[in-house]
Amino acid sequence: MKIAVLQFGGSNCDYDVQYVLTEVVGVDAELVWYKDELKGYDGVVVPGGFSYGDYLRAGAIAARAPIMNSVRKMADKGLPVVGICNGFQILVESGLLPGALMTNCYPKFRCDRVNLRVDNNTSPFTNSFKKGQVIRIPIAHMEGNYFAQEHTLSELNSQDRVAFRYVDEQGNATSEANPNGSSENIAGILNEHGNILGMMPHPERASENILGSKDGKKIFDSMVEYISSF
Amino acid sequence: MKYHAEVTIGLKSGMLDPEATTIQKALEHLGFPTDSLEMQKCFVLELEAKSRDEAKSRVDEMCKRLLANPVIHNFDIEIEESG
Repeated sequence: MKIAVLQFGGSNCDYDVQYVLTEVVGVDAELVWYKDELKGYDGVVVPGGFSYGDYLRAGAIAARAPIMNSVRKMADKGLPVVGICNGFQILVESGLLPGALMTNCYPKFRCDRVNLRVDNNTSPFTNSFKKGQVIRIPIAHMEGNYFAQEHTLSELNSQDRVAFRYVDEQGNATSEANPNGSSENIAGILNEHGNILGMMPHPERASENILGSKDGKKIFDSMVEYISSF
Repeated sequence: MKYHAEVTIGLKSGMLDPEATTIQKALEHLGFPTDSLEMQKCFVLELEAKSRDEAKSRVDEMCKRLLANPVIHNFDIEIEESG
C-alpha cells in the first residue's frame, strides 16, 4: 500500500502529513510533485499550505493543475482522497466537493485548537469514531468559511455528508464555537460516495500525544484500513 | 481580429464580504459614510478571435472555468475590437 501526498508550489504541510503516515501510522507515503505522474497509489492526501500564494482564490490555481485529473480518476475508482485546509480549498475549487471556502467572517487568520463533532461515522475516514463524538484538532486558516447554496446544504445534510462540525465542549454547534462563520458550523464534508473528504482542521497536527491530541491519527488509520479492505 | 475584454467579477448579492466591510468602516472614520461598498475584481485582456461572438464565448468560458467561482460570484464581460 502506498499513499500519495501531493505537492504544489506553496504546499507546506506536505512533510508533516508524510511524517505522520510513515512514522506514526506506519504506511508507505510518498511526496508527489504536481508535475509528476500520479500512478500506483492507493490513496491521496492533498495537504495544506498556500499553493500559488492563494493567487486568484485559495486553491484556485492548484485545482486546475493536470494532476487533479488523475486525482479525479482515482476517486472515481473509489480510492480515498482527503484534502486538508488548503487541500480542502483545492478540492472545492476543482469541483470534487461542493461549495466554496470564503474569507473568515472576522477576516483574521485563525490558529487555534477547536472541538469538532463527528456527524458522519460511516465514511472511510471517520468510521473509528462514535457518532456525535467530540474530538480536538487544530485549525490554521484565513479562508475557511464554508459556503454552499441552500440546496447543496440540504443535500449534504440529507445524505449524511457533513463529516465534522465546529462545536463547543458539550458538542453543541453554537455560533461562539464557529471560528470562521461557516454555514451550519461545517468543518468537513464528504462527496456522494463518501471516499473524498475535505476538512479545514489539520488532523496531521493532532496525531501524537506530544501534540496534545491523537484524534487526527484516527482519520489516517481509518483511511489505511479502508484501503486494506479495498 | 484582436479583441479587448474587460471582465468584472463580484460576489453574488447578499453575500458577506468582510474585507469590503472593513474598508467601508475605515472610510467612515475618515468622514466618508457610505450606504454600501462592494469590491470587485477586474481582468483586462486582449485576445485573438474570428468574431466578437467567439471572443465573448471564450471569455465566458474562462470565467466559468477559472476566473470566477460560480458558487459565489457573478461576472460581467465587456468586449471591444482593439486596434
